Amino acid sequence: MFRIQPAMLKVAAAAWLLGATSAMADTTLEFTQWWEPELPAGSLRAIMNDFEAANPGIKVTLVSGPYATTRDQISVGAATGTLSDVVGLDGAWVNNLNAQNALADMNPMMDASGFDKTQVADIIKVDGKAVMFPVASFVYPVFVNLDLAAQAGVTKLPSTRAEFLEAAKKMTHADNNQYGWVLPLSLQTPSGVQNDMMSWVWASGQSMMADGKPALEGKPVVDMLTFVKSLNDAGVISPGIATKTEQEKVEEFVNDRVGMMIDSLAHVNLIRKRNPKLNFDLIPVPVVENYNGKRGLPYASWGIGISAASKHQEEAWKLVQYLMGEKVNAKLVSLANAFPGNVNAKPDFVTSDKAFGKAFEIFKTGYLANEFTGLPVAEDLMTQFDVEAQKMLTGEQSPEQAAANAQKGWMAKF
Amino acid sequence: MTRQKRSRHRLKRAVAPYLYLSPSLLIIGLLMLLPMVTVIGYSFQNSAVLRRDPSFAGLKHYQAIFNDPVFWASLWHTLYFTCMSVVFHMTIGMIFALMLNSDRINPTLRNILRVLYILPWLFTAVIIAVIWRLLLEPNGVVNSVLMQMGIIGSKVEWFSSPETALHAVTFANIWAGYPLFMVSLLAGLQGIPKDFYEAADIDGAKAYQKLIFITIPQLMPIIISISLLDFIWTMQVFPLIWITTGGGPIYSTEVLSTYTYKLAFSSYNLSQASASAVVILLISLGLTLFYIRYQKAR
Repeated sequence: MFRIQPAMLKVAAAAWLLGATSAMADTTLEFTQWWEPELPAGSLRAIMNDFEAANPGIKVTLVSGPYATTRDQISVGAATGTLSDVVGLDGAWVNNLNAQNALADMNPMMDASGFDKTQVADIIKVDGKAVMFPVASFVYPVFVNLDLAAQAGVTKLPSTRAEFLEAAKKMTHADNNQYGWVLPLSLQTPSGVQNDMMSWVWASGQSMMADGKPALEGKPVVDMLTFVKSLNDAGVISPGIATKTEQEKVEEFVNDRVGMMIDSLAHVNLIRKRNPKLNFDLIPVPVVENYNGKRGLPYASWGIGISAASKHQEEAWKLVQYLMGEKVNAKLVSLANAFPGNVNAKPDFVTSDKAFGKAFEIFKTGYLANEFTGLPVAEDLMTQFDVEAQKMLTGEQSPEQAAANAQKGWMAKF
Repeated sequence: MTRQKRSRHRLKRAVAPYLYLSPSLLIIGLLMLLPMVTVIGYSFQNSAVLRRDPSFAGLKHYQAIFNDPVFWASLWHTLYFTCMSVVFHMTIGMIFALMLNSDRINPTLRNILRVLYILPWLFTAVIIAVIWRLLLEPNGVVNSVLMQMGIIGSKVEWFSSPETALHAVTFANIWAGYPLFMVSLLAGLQGIPKDFYEAADIDGAKAYQKLIFITIPQLMPIIISISLLDFIWTMQVFPLIWITTGGGPIYSTEVLSTYTYKLAFSSYNLSQASASAVVILLISLGLTLFYIRYQKAR
């Protein structure tokens, strides 16, 4: 008959004690983000394991989901005070989250730990509070189909708006369903306003804001609208603008139906996979005539912040610091095909891949620009601008009227 | 049996049905009533969900949506989308049901048609949206065929033009929804006694007279029930419109469901979104009460 020996009891008690004490000593951080499903399987967990090994006593639980689900989860978490200790953030969300006092100010943490602020590409501040670091940035250059350009006799890739219009005209052959440019303005995802329209403003070092308030009636935005209208009037934009989504934009480029598009660098591998024969190059977004200054580079980012309700802010800050560190940041962005949040980090793909290398050069010579980051209800602002732009493109109103109406709508939100 | 025992027995008998019902009541309460009451509560609060201590707003949010021209446009689009869908679902469903019930069609062909006609019902809203986006895109098959036939002179942007977008999404919804009517009416048709038609034949009734005086009156209970249900369901359609047009261009396909969604997840104005959702609830409730009364009357 099986009998429990005293020695076995002692071993079991010791194991239980060990487990219980280590469990008590451990701090478990919850990290909500949408990055894990977008990275190679297991890679983010591996980085977390390295962090845990480097910081004994801290464990990280990843709460992962698709982007939209994460956004809703974070909104609800902020309202109910159950936000995870560390949260993945989009710049478009931070204003709302800050209004709910859901995000911790990382300024005191940076000061207390002697964090070198010069090593990070950007610190997103709202009301003076440092609420987000961009960990990885996905920049938006212009993709050019070199074969279509060559066939159209475009020998010099455009660097100004006028050159862009000319090149787009040459590449357009509507009878063959071939167009010079593609503009996705679907109201389902109005990010086309940010990526495909405002990027023209930022590229020329201009701004859609003045003194923290919208300045849509100013020359930069009206000029941009006039330029987009001129492209539309010239018939060089692929039809179906008002319902076109970003995915459809990429599909049209992949299938040789458009000569140029502004798109995320994150799509390079996808484009190659969909059409391995596609011969394309990357150029910066063209600028206004005679502009020689630094170019603003539109970007979307994976941001990171700490919950104001977290009981483990010290440990959470250690994780943020870890992800923003030169080596770890380089590793993470290499996995994501993104550009680093740490200015000293150099992702490995920029040396091994020509296209990424060129984009990295564009990235280094310009500066990250996305004025929607930190604005209140950023997506709603884009929707309002989108509607006015659509009215302009259907001939209902002029660029000036579109800008004035959008300004009126935006001011109501500020 | 003592009086005490008798009263305990009576109490047990009275309580027993409620005990049997309690699991269902609990589920209905938790999954339906509680969310509904919560949303109604949100519609009377400022910064609902977003603040831990929301203040009472009274009817402010209802006032705001009633003063918003986009809300009224959405209401109009919803009514157009719903009425057209229900009318055409019924008409097409009836035509196909009559066709499938007819003895004049070869049985093999009838079986093939039965499968073909029911196909749209098998697709999810997302697939239907993708199919119609591909078909109706400016360089799509529909434009190509219509141009070759000389019906249109240039490419029409069906979903991207404010003039055609609402008709295009309504068309896609009609295509997706008629099989419900078809199947229900076919079942009804097969239940009509043949004697009625034989008697009509003896009286020398023509085909259209048999349709008007026998078939339609016999199917009327099904037609009314399914129409009411279809009206309620169609009024709440969201994915098809969201994926095809996103409510655009320029609000031309904005319906109450997309309007509410944008308020909640684009503007983060969950109080106003709740008020809009309550308006949808009230309209649906009115129709549901009408449906229940009709069912009771039968």
